[in-house]
Amino acid sequence: MAKANFEVPELKEHLEVPKIEPGAMAHLETFKAKPEFNEALGFPGELSENWQEQAIDAMGDMLKKYRSLQVYMDSCVKCGACTDKCHYYLGTKDPKNMPVARQDLMRKVYRRYFTFGGKFFPKLVGATDFTQEVLDDWYNYYHQCSQCRRCSVFCPYGIDTAEISMAAREIMDRIGLGDKYSNEIIGKVFRIGNNLGLPGPALEDTLEGLEEDVFDETGVEVKYPLDVKGADILLVTPSADFFAEPHVDGLIGYGKVFHEAGVSWTMSSHASEAANFGMFIGSYENMRKISQRVRKAALDLGVKRIIFGECGHAWRVAYAFLNTLAGPWDFLDPDYPVPQHILEFTLGEIEKGTLNIDKSQNDDMVLTFHDSCNVARATRMGDKPGGQFEIPRAVIKAVCNNYVDMPEDTIREATFCCGGGGGLLTDDLMELRVKGAMPRMKALKSVTEEYGVTHMAAICAICKSQFTKVIPYYGFDMDQIVSVHQLVSNALILKGQNSEDEDDESEEDAA
Amino acid sequence: MSLAITVLFYLATVILIAGLAYRIWVYAKVPAPLKIATTPAPVTKGGVVLRMFREVAFFESLFKSNKLLWLLGVLFHFGLLLVLLRHLRYFINPVPTVIELIQPFGKYAAFAMIIGLLGLWARRFIIDRVRYITAPSDHLILALLVLIGISGASMTFVSHTDIVGLKNFTMGLLTFDPKPLPSDPLLAIHLFLVSVLMIIFPYSKLLHGVGVFFSPTRNQVDNPREKRHLADWARKFEENS
Repeated sequence: MAKANFEVPELKEHLEVPKIEPGAMAHLETFKAKPEFNEALGFPGELSENWQEQAIDAMGDMLKKYRSLQVYMDSCVKCGACTDKCHYYLGTKDPKNMPVARQDLMRKVYRRYFTFGGKFFPKLVGATDFTQEVLDDWYNYYHQCSQCRRCSVFCPYGIDTAEISMAAREIMDRIGLGDKYSNEIIGKVFRIGNNLGLPGPALEDTLEGLEEDVFDETGVEVKYPLDVKGADILLVTPSADFFAEPHVDGLIGYGKVFHEAGVSWTMSSHASEAANFGMFIGSYENMRKISQRVRKAALDLGVKRIIFGECGHAWRVAYAFLNTLAGPWDFLDPDYPVPQHILEFTLGEIEKGTLNIDKSQNDDMVLTFHDSCNVARATRMGDKPGGQFEIPRAVIKAVCNNYVDMPEDTIREATFCCGGGGGLLTDDLMELRVKGAMPRMKALKSVTEEYGVTHMAAICAICKSQFTKVIPYYGFDMDQIVSVHQLVSNALILKGQNSEDEDDESEEDAA
Repeated sequence: MSLAITVLFYLATVILIAGLAYRIWVYAKVPAPLKIATTPAPVTKGGVVLRMFREVAFFESLFKSNKLLWLLGVLFHFGLLLVLLRHLRYFINPVPTVIELIQPFGKYAAFAMIIGLLGLWARRFIIDRVRYITAPSDHLILALLVLIGISGASMTFVSHTDIVGLKNFTMGLLTFDPKPLPSDPLLAIHLFLVSVLMIIFPYSKLLHGVGVFFSPTRNQVDNPREKRHLADWARKFEENS
């Protein structure tokens, strides 16, 4: 078990709703961004004397631009339906991690400056001035929300705390109070093209390495093309897929599927990142700027289709926002949705019968599937509502013999966040990440004990990184997290593949 | 007293209608720049109408969340709905048959309403999480509603008020030909409290009744890949690029 300088939650038999412990997480403040990183995103470098006035102005502006914010500020009745729904509350016991209380950090300021009751009877309606103390709470607790939207499923008015935490982060950015993790990463995307800061030559190198690995293992020349003009498909995938484990095994899988399907495809060094942290900081403009890179790559390479790799929030930006931010896509092939998810593509090929699958290749595993929050509650796959749940499961079941779901109230639309989404995947928030993972860990433990589950498959770069890091705290092993396309890759027998690879345990060295 | 209640009632009506109209105008005017439906979501407009209907008529999301809270919410809201329908008999002449038929249910619905409210109120003391998020105004609004319920039910079940005189009064209000209010302290209190409720409605959390219809996570069609969605304020970026 990994060591921690905080208390790792115990995995009890039943998921208990804890008693509140006010201030339990008040100490946890993520690193603030240096001025140059805020400025690179078009925000002031640091707080000025009159930050309060600027913040109230910014809030007024946001209230005029976002119906969600205006309606959600007014509509909450404090019924408490959401109070036991947030994984961070369940894991930390801090009442300010209850969705309604997190929202109220903004609502009390909204009421003070924008409502009749708050202007004249602040105490009565729980309104307060926007003081330094309130701002500190904002910074701490709006960076303890992974914007997973689980609360919005259970709210009778659909109030979505993600919308409010995004707005709060935008307001803080607009007064020069940015967080280091997200803002530095967005800066890297603008300067270099991806979150990890991998320049074109490094990508090329990595992809060549993958081609060699796949050739060594299978004897088939599967290509992982970069910047190929005139290719049919542009694949946009999170940059973690280029080297992190188990992400890269997923990328190997995408390439094998494309190879077997016989389609021409390419990745782009300009749009070498599917992630879009502009969403996490609630900045329409930054989110748009990042999305425009995909448009430029598609135009420059002259592709006909766009497919996104396995990534949760990236799929939200792609599925729900890309048409808004970087459309219209009228120059692409109208026969395909823009964009498509790699799982939609792969399931299509499985159904067409173009893939030669040997399910027994995955017989060493009993699998379960973690629904990523952004995919589950903010997007769709396929034509029908709920396709985002069925399509990944259909693919897994098509390539694996042993599959079981985790308990019903922890999957699909009620899925628990991995604990690291929403721009919180940073070491300085490790305590929050470990505690927030508790409900998912508990669900995993229950199927481990009951059905002998050995591995959990995920379709999100953040989920995969978060789980491999926090799962040891709960007594599991980091290798128990796999990519869905890693499973596809294992089971897919390529045309002309070496047949004598009975012992197919590939060396797990760094790719 | 009669004059004071008459003036207050007119004032409350104006504030309620103007206030709600203003809020609706504000909500309708503010754009939703991005598609943020909580999925799985309907892919057609008809589907959205159905989703909203289930939300408003059955409190679907609340049911998913917490069964006891759902039950208390249903008792209160549907109790109140029946009570309100029953009250139409004071404002329509002759009284439609449907409203006549509702009377016996409407009478006892007052108890459902009061029980629901007391249950909701008790949660604010018993459950530590709910106690934590409760502001003084939350208690006051509950107190107001409970008192309205009790004062109203008392006139039905304890000390009957002069119904004919009351109807004379309400019809006078409707025709702008004020008539005297029967002198009954219970009735005066009831009408005073109802007026207060009408006045605070557009300026308090009671707005949830309007807000729910404008909630983008519930009222948007899930079709972002098929149909481009663009807010007016976001158009300026299109021209610059």
